[in-house]
Amino acid sequence: MKILVCISNVPDTTTKITFNSDNTEFNASGVQFILNPYDEIALSKAIDLCEGGKGTITVIHVGEASTEPTIRKALAIGADDAVRIDAAPSDAYFVAYQIAAYAKDKNFDMILTGRESIDYNGAQVAAMLGEFLDLPSISIIKKLDLNGNKATLSREIEGGKEVVEVDGPFIASCAEGVAEWKIPNMRGIMSARTKPLEVLAAQSLETLSVVEKFETPTPRGAVKMVDAANVAKLVDLLHNEAKVI
Amino acid sequence: MSVLVYVEHAEGKFKKSTFEVVSYAKAIAQQLNTNLVALAIGNLSAEQLSSLGTYGAQKVLHVNDAQLGTFNAQAYTSILSDAAQKEGATVVVLANSFSGKGLAPRLAVRLKAGLASGVVALPTIQGASLSVKRTAYSGKAFAHVKLSGAINVLALNANAYPVSEQPVNAEVVSLASSAKPTDFKTSVKEIVRASDKISLPEADLVVSAGRGMKGPENWHLIEELAESLGAATACSKPVSDAGWRPHEEHVGQTGISVSPNLYIAVGISGAIQHLAGVSSSKTIVVINKDPEAPFFKVADYGIVGDAMEVVPQLTAAMKAYSQNG
Repeated sequence: MKILVCISNVPDTTTKITFNSDNTEFNASGVQFILNPYDEIALSKAIDLCEGGKGTITVIHVGEASTEPTIRKALAIGADDAVRIDAAPSDAYFVAYQIAAYAKDKNFDMILTGRESIDYNGAQVAAMLGEFLDLPSISIIKKLDLNGNKATLSREIEGGKEVVEVDGPFIASCAEGVAEWKIPNMRGIMSARTKPLEVLAAQSLETLSVVEKFETPTPRGAVKMVDAANVAKLVDLLHNEAKVI
Repeated sequence: MSVLVYVEHAEGKFKKSTFEVVSYAKAIAQQLNTNLVALAIGNLSAEQLSSLGTYGAQKVLHVNDAQLGTFNAQAYTSILSDAAQKEGATVVVLANSFSGKGLAPRLAVRLKAGLASGVVALPTIQGASLSVKRTAYSGKAFAHVKLSGAINVLALNANAYPVSEQPVNAEVVSLASSAKPTDFKTSVKEIVRASDKISLPEADLVVSAGRGMKGPENWHLIEELAESLGAATACSKPVSDAGWRPHEEHVGQTGISVSPNLYIAVGISGAIQHLAGVSSSKTIVVINKDPEAPFFKVADYGIVGDAMEVVPQLTAAMKAYSQNG
């Protein structure tokens, strides 16, 4: 079994998000970058599936050389080898196109991604890959079981879940619950330094989406405190002032 | 030229989020001075289909056959892209729902279209391209994205655009499926829907709780408060990590982002990751025994007190209010 896991490099979840003075660029100074948490869940699932020598895991990342610590982290957690497409990931369409170009003749049995990156939140790469590679894609899965060539996946839907079966190769984006987090051990960290990391040039592509500017949410007014002994006052405020009930 | 809107339904019934996307697509059609065409797939009554006229859809395309009763991203993409081309659509609108997230990216690739998901406002039309506001950095920011495809796809967040009625007579047209046999590589085995629960991503009112509840055995207090309001229940990450509540209730940066009219947070301190997922809520109420809890800084209303005492009192007050109101 051959599994490809797509990973992205994102600001740590505790980051306070700020932009440059004209709000056109993310201010990365002093920001710690990490392996996107959902991608880490996808990688953890791949490791579970390959346990006991049942398969190999390649991680692929579209990004510049500065992202290599994140790729090494994925190798330390348990991927066998890595590929970096050397380009800034301008949008999901660009990223999916690069990964599809790499994967199209490699016969992966499955391609896993995280449900979304925590910086762009597009939730687009998995389904785009499906279209580029003409493979089924199942977005936002909470469970994945293999039985021979057949996979059973449970995907989230509003107010419930849908159980989907697929034969043959597929693409899925993983959410929390699909696997337990894997913590890299010392052997993993040591071997990550010597595992193969191939760097490939990007294919050029016409871009159809560009971020023009960013904006941070407008801060709320001061909080209005209500005495714990008078909760009826809160009900009154919600009805008459906030008008939400 | 036209605007095409894909209308999702659950077992033959449209949801509020569907009327939101139709209202939103109608406003874009008006900006572009063109017609709004809706497309529905699966089992739906004629009455349901023509009800879309209430929100301004002049034409409703309906595609149904035995294979299309359940969601299939590839087949639905074939049908939608075919309709978009036949109707000369320049903008396609979908809900940024779980299925929408499986469908919109495939559609964008198939149509060589620009795509913005997580959209929260109407676009600004700039000649042949459009600029639209979407969420980014997991609710900590917004991005204004310029799309320059010959056709562009927008996936609208739930609770981001109000439902607005603009009644017209909707012409319902049945179409044959344009899905290919090779589209059907997946099959749906089971759909489990908790019918008594309100879907969290789309909920108007949310009652959420954290470790301040001390344990899962106290969650009935949260459920009772939610029930008195008709609200969905949610929780913080430590609570779902501890297994007190299921992962699908986890709100925050690595969980679900919500934007209800009212978010009541009980016993949640307000870590930056949690705040990211709730920052677009219209009104936030925080109940916490620690007056220094960071959540109070981003709340509209706050109560300092023990959840075990405050929550039952609030439930009683809500019940009294709804009986008198």
